[in-house]
Amino acid sequence: MTMDTTTTPRSIIELKDVRKSYGKVTALHGIDATIREGEFFSLLGPSGCGKTTLLRLIAGFDEPTSGSIEIDGKPMAGISANRRPTNMVFQSYAIFPHLSVAENVGYGLVPKRMPKAEIAAEVDKALRMVDLSGYGDRGAHELSGGQRQRVALARALVMRPKVVLLDEPLSALDKKLREQMQVELRALQQSIGITFILVTHDQEEAMIMSDRIAVMFDGHIAQLDSPQALYRHPVSERVASFIGVMNFLPATAKAAGEGELALDIAALGAVTLPVAAVPEGISPAKVTKIGVRPEMLTVLFDDSDHAERVTEGVVVSTSYYGDMTYYSIVLDGAEKPVTISMRNTAGRAVAPVGARLRIGWGAESIVLFS
Amino acid sequence: MRLDAEGRRGLTLISPTLIYALVMLAAPLAMVVTFSFWTQNYLDIDTTFTLDNYHEAWTQPIYQTLMARSLIISVVVTVVTVLLAFPVAYYISFRVTRRKTLWLFLVTIPFWTSYLLRVFLWKVILGYNGVLNSALMGMGFIDEPLTFLLYNANAVVLTLAHAWAPFAILPIFVALEKIDRSLLEAAEDLGDGPWRRFRRVTLPLAMPGVIAATLIVLIPTVGDFITPRLVGGTDGLMIANMIQIQVGRANNAPLGAALAISSMVVVGTLSVLIFLVGRRFGGRTR
Repeated sequence: MTMDTTTTPRSIIELKDVRKSYGKVTALHGIDATIREGEFFSLLGPSGCGKTTLLRLIAGFDEPTSGSIEIDGKPMAGISANRRPTNMVFQSYAIFPHLSVAENVGYGLVPKRMPKAEIAAEVDKALRMVDLSGYGDRGAHELSGGQRQRVALARALVMRPKVVLLDEPLSALDKKLREQMQVELRALQQSIGITFILVTHDQEEAMIMSDRIAVMFDGHIAQLDSPQALYRHPVSERVASFIGVMNFLPATAKAAGEGELALDIAALGAVTLPVAAVPEGISPAKVTKIGVRPEMLTVLFDDSDHAERVTEGVVVSTSYYGDMTYYSIVLDGAEKPVTISMRNTAGRAVAPVGARLRIGWGAESIVLFS
Repeated sequence: MRLDAEGRRGLTLISPTLIYALVMLAAPLAMVVTFSFWTQNYLDIDTTFTLDNYHEAWTQPIYQTLMARSLIISVVVTVVTVLLAFPVAYYISFRVTRRKTLWLFLVTIPFWTSYLLRVFLWKVILGYNGVLNSALMGMGFIDEPLTFLLYNANAVVLTLAHAWAPFAILPIFVALEKIDRSLLEAAEDLGDGPWRRFRRVTLPLAMPGVIAATLIVLIPTVGDFITPRLVGGTDGLMIANMIQIQVGRANNAPLGAALAISSMVVVGTLSVLIFLVGRRFGGRTR
């Protein structure tokens, strides 16, 4: 491999035009992606988008209809799951019910003809890694959901795989535990440096944990980027509304000076942007819509607040979250309300429904769509 | 004893079954047990308590031989039946993706005719001028009919194994169906090939079904008397035939009762052993 390892990490998985159909149903339409060594990579999308199918193709439980999958530089065609350098954490955890925790974790080591003591040491190490020291003798039914998830993870890690595959591993846990496990999983992945590929439908989970995310819709990768880039520069309306909340407003492109784009945005007014702000793949004249995130709009509560641009609107409803308040506000000249999030600070009351407020925004915060 | 409303309702609900079980099962069994401690005189029964019947049942060589043969035959039948049933159950559970019900339905087809008819059919197939011999002679493989086919222990094993196959297939099928398929994928993911995966996951998890099938086939076949009577000849007679003779022609119901209770104890002990061994093999119950 001639890749410059100092700037770009080595690639561990190469997907080239991977397609999968089941009879007449096409689950994946040509997936191209490179997954880098040591990164936390997420496949994010609604159910039925093909993310689990793709994970199972990587694991070797299914063969792609066409296209190639390379893991660590080796083509995987015809190599069954038991010979691939990947290990999976299943959605149901798939803990063997007839074996103890230690036997579960050591399951993959037993056929390797390792001495018993060595296996026991490896199992202990893996259990320590997932904070389950001393649980080795317990039975599968004696474990809570979170513990089962840890056992499944330890069972995969003990095999020292090149890639760990996680199929919605946290979806069965309650909210508190899930949030805790997200942080733990991320920390563990960073400390051991193994590539993790996570399948999830929870955009927040993907954002918190991942280095890069592939957003998938209908068997395609719609966008593959870092969480920040996905959030700040979504390439389509669909990606924008799947990741976080986005307010969409109609806009009209107008002729402007060299290297500039003039937009007339409903309810916000006219704005001139450098053409460089137009995302790739959209011709400046075809911009018909802009998006702006709730936190990029600011309610100006007193005259001292200052903003690049100011417009006005009427509060139609509010949702109080403790740290934040979400306002639904109909801007002057708009039909549908926009969502604006404001951090609650000491001494600031939530504006009542019907109140007329000044809203500040900046041209830099808007995203363009065709 | 005073019962509350719920207790009364519970008793009412189970009473038909309870009465049936008491009258048809417990009472006859109690009678047999009582009889086994009595003595048959020529025309009447001496009701003095005695253990002579048991002494005879456990010491006379003929009874020992018959008991041993019954056990051997039914153990062989059980092993053959379960070994043949497992692949069928496995196929239906793992390979058949559509119309599993239809396959299970097909498995039960042998039951559409009476047990007696099926045994007679085996006579027709295995007999001196039977289907098998005629076919083999017709094709020129043999010059005269084979005689080892019918009227011996082999014929009993064959007939019983065929008759009990569905009873073995169904519990094994149920156990296999209950196995979470992601466990099999996990085993494969952790490096197991098909055979090792079968040995380490599928078989241990199917063990409850295998034990159930073993007991379901073993227990009734020890006491079977129609099949040995019809296809067993003299070499194939089993303990149940002797019990029938004692109670009937030999006019010694107490001895018959003692033989029946003895074989019940033997089969019961064997079943418990199989249950314990099977559970051990299936791993710790978790």
